[in-house]
Amino acid sequence: MNLRFKRATGPGLESLVDQTILIITNDGRNIVGVIKGFDQATNIILDESHERVYSTKEGVQQLVLGLYIIRGDNISVVGELDEELYSALDLSNLRAHPLMPVIH
Amino acid sequence: MKIKLTSASYSVRSIKFSFCSNLLAKPRKPSLFLGRGIEIILFFSYFKDLVGREVTVELKNDLAIRGTLHSVDQYLNIKLENTRVVDQDKYPHMLSVRNCFIRGSVVRYVQLPPDGVDIELLHDATRREARGG
Repeated sequence: MNLRFKRATGPGLESLVDQTILIITNDGRNIVGVIKGFDQATNIILDESHERVYSTKEGVQQLVLGLYIIRGDNISVVGELDEELYSALDLSNLRAHPLMPVIH
Repeated sequence: MKIKLTSASYSVRSIKFSFCSNLLAKPRKPSLFLGRGIEIILFFSYFKDLVGREVTVELKNDLAIRGTLHSVDQYLNIKLENTRVVDQDKYPHMLSVRNCFIRGSVVRYVQLPPDGVDIELLHDATRREARGG
C-alpha cells in the first residue's frame, strides 16, 4: 500500500454538514452551531452559533455569535449534537468547571 | 495499554511496506520522497485494523472520551461512535454528543483493549522502520 500516491482526503465531516454540532476549541470553549462547510485543514463554517459558558457558580450561559469561521488548527473536537439529549439537559442547573485549554 | 502520540511521531519518511500484510517480507529501502508530504503509515495502518474496537482517547486538555473507533485518517484524526466522556460529572460538556471527530493533533493517548495489541508484530514493524530509516 503506497499512500503517498493518494490525494489527502479531508476530514470525514460530509455527513455532519447542515447538522447541529458542538465544537470544542483549543482554549476550551464550547461552541454549538450548524456546519455549513469545511475544508481539508478542518476549518469550519458554523452558522447560528452560540457559545456555552460553564461555570461552577452560575448555570450555563449562552452567548449568541452568529455566522463564524473557526480555523482548523484551533479545533480539538467536533461532536454531533443529539437533539433529544440536548433538549433534555437542564442548563440552568448545570455547574461545571470550564474545560482546560490544550497544552501541547 | 497506552500508545503515546508525541509530535515526534508525525515527522517522517514514507515507507514502502504496509503494516500487516507485508510484515514478513524483506524490507525494501524507503525512498526519499519529499514531495507533497511525508506520511507515517505504520500507525495509520495499525489504527485501521483497530476499527470497530472500543477505545478511550485522552486529549491534551485532559478530557477522556470512550467510544467505538469508526475511522481514522492519515493525520490520525479519529472518529468515534457511541461516545461517552469517562468522567461525566466533571465534564458534562459533551453529554449530548454521541458521535465525534477528534483532531489528531490534540490526542495525548489512545487507550486500547489489551487483546487489540499484537506486541510482537508492532515490535517488529517499528524496529524495521527504525532500522530502515
